[in-house]
Amino acid sequence: MNKARSKPVNALAMHGALILYTLIALFPVFIILINSFKSRRAIFREPMALPDAESFSLIGYQTVLKQGDFLLYFQNSMIVTVGSLFFILLFGAMAAYALSEYRFRGNTLMALYLALGIMIPIRIGTVAILEMMVATGLVNTLWALILVYTAQGLPLAVFILSEFMRQVSDDLKNAGRIDGLSEYTIFFRLVLPLVRPAMATVAVFNMIPIWNDLWFPLILAPAEETKTLTLGSQVFIGQFVTDWNAVLSALSMAILPVLVLYVIFSRQLIRGITSGAVK
Amino acid sequence: MTALSLSSVNKSFGDVHVLKDIELSVEEGEFVVFVGPSGCGKSTLLRVIAGLEEASSGEIRIAGEVVNTTPPAKRGIAMVFQSYALYPHLNVRGNMTLALKQERQPRDVIAARVAKAAAMLNLEDYLDRYPSELSGGQRQRVAIARAIVREPKLFLFDEPLSNLDAALRMNTRLEIANLHRALGGSMVYVTHDQTEAMTLADKIVVLRDGRVEQIGSPMDLYNEPVNRFVAGFLGAPAMNFFPAGLLSPGDRRITGLRPEALHVDPDGPLEVQVSHVEQLGGDTNVIAQMQDHQITARLFGQHAITEGTRLRLGYDPARAYHFDETGARLG
Ligand SMILES: Nc1ncnc2c1ncn2[C@@H]1O[C@H](COP(=O)(O)OP(=O)(O)OP(=O)(O)O)[C@@H](O)[C@H]1O
Ligand SMILES: [Mg+2]
Repeated sequence: MNKARSKPVNALAMHGALILYTLIALFPVFIILINSFKSRRAIFREPMALPDAESFSLIGYQTVLKQGDFLLYFQNSMIVTVGSLFFILLFGAMAAYALSEYRFRGNTLMALYLALGIMIPIRIGTVAILEMMVATGLVNTLWALILVYTAQGLPLAVFILSEFMRQVSDDLKNAGRIDGLSEYTIFFRLVLPLVRPAMATVAVFNMIPIWNDLWFPLILAPAEETKTLTLGSQVFIGQFVTDWNAVLSALSMAILPVLVLYVIFSRQLIRGITSGAVK
Repeated sequence: MTALSLSSVNKSFGDVHVLKDIELSVEEGEFVVFVGPSGCGKSTLLRVIAGLEEASSGEIRIAGEVVNTTPPAKRGIAMVFQSYALYPHLNVRGNMTLALKQERQPRDVIAARVAKAAAMLNLEDYLDRYPSELSGGQRQRVAIARAIVREPKLFLFDEPLSNLDAALRMNTRLEIANLHRALGGSMVYVTHDQTEAMTLADKIVVLRDGRVEQIGSPMDLYNEPVNRFVAGFLGAPAMNFFPAGLLSPGDRRITGLRPEALHVDPDGPLEVQVSHVEQLGGDTNVIAQMQDHQITARLFGQHAITEGTRLRLGYDPARAYHFDETGARLG
């Protein structure tokens, strides 16, 4: 940051506000984490207290790992999230490139049609989607979820990415064409790296709703072997009794992979890439 | 042999007719410069030649072959862009060799060509750097080197110097002139800077609104412009225009006088009021008003003329140009 321009008072106020916000945002996560390591009684008696020798207990984690096939749920969630993100980014970027780079009949119409998907929630079509999945025999497979989440994520991905791709220098693409690169090479080697920050944004936007979704796993893939983490954790929330130890432990473990994915993508967001390509 | 020939090339984007019946030929080893005001279609013409845009009609021949449907990489051309357009993920060597690798040239050929081009443009010390680690001038030299290694039949330059500062621009201009001499390649060069056009070109093509106004050597265009547009476009400061009727009532023509054709003459026919004086050391530019018309005179040497004085300017009638109302040159 520029020293000469930032006044210490302003900097202090700014950092104060940011730190406060961070604390508020992290507080629930913190509470979940500490309580997942406490005995049931301690959770209710002193929810704010840190676990100590007396209240420390791993009973929640033990229940979670014993109950059902937690590792499988975990794996299912991971496959669905990563798979959906991969297809959203791949198809989204390809569609965005086509829309921003090539002049063809119906280009604008197509872009508008895709943008429409941003405004219409996919859940409205749940019944039709279920019928389709039944007809194609995809019910209770992870593919059902991946396909639905890909469809759900594509409109916004295309919209954001085509904006960014329009800004990629024409000269660079043309230089590639003159040097004999194929359109695919130009897309994958020249254009994609330059819109990496936008891809990371799209990934982060899509990742958390997919990871946390309960609706589609419940409807399209409720079988034991295709349950996702969110759906699997529901067994601990009963109508009359809720096993809070298990719920909190399951939640704590569910945070971890999202955190890892987030760190991977946000590094891409932050990295000041490829200046000096043009100008 | 002709390196490039265009016959009745047209280009439209939808309803916008950008290039209109372009006829042009570039001889082997010739340096041809396209000039014209912004938006007249210079870049579009270059891109049509390169194959980055398809011509709506007309025929494009490079080294005798019709290339209308040939993809850019197979046309035997190399292009240097205004924005450099270096590949950000490759270092200088990678940028220079990419096209050769695509053409599947043998390794020793690639190495030899890179060494030669790097020596020509003083890039030997930078071969392992990435574009982001180079200055603007160095990047532009890499872009030129990338074109040279391909040993193309035709070089295309689209305003390669316009992102450089004035001093660097002059140096790079000399470098390009030297390169042309050393390589003997055919070059097409786009600029809207008339100094670049005058100093580099064997042949200048003046474009306006997608039409060729005049083609000729720099001195042909300077001495014998076919119309008022070309006369006003080439030469700095620009030619002065005023109705001939101011000097001889009844005359409907327009008179054009180059600033360097004017001199201070107490008996001269032009009576002006000085509004501004530019002292350049070697020359003095006097900007003055003659009734409603601005007249610029370029006087050799240093002159102590103050603003606001009345002056009389004279000229050699043989150096005056005359145009009709439509701008066409008369006699
Ligand atoms: N893809 C396009 N679609 C529609 N019109 C275009 C397109 N590309 C260029 N034009 C139009 O063609 C005309 C010529 O553009 P061009 O870029 O060739 O101008 P230029 O002579 O290179 O100008 P400059 O000196 O500013 O670079 C302009 O009026 C421009 O608006
Ligand atoms: Mg241009």
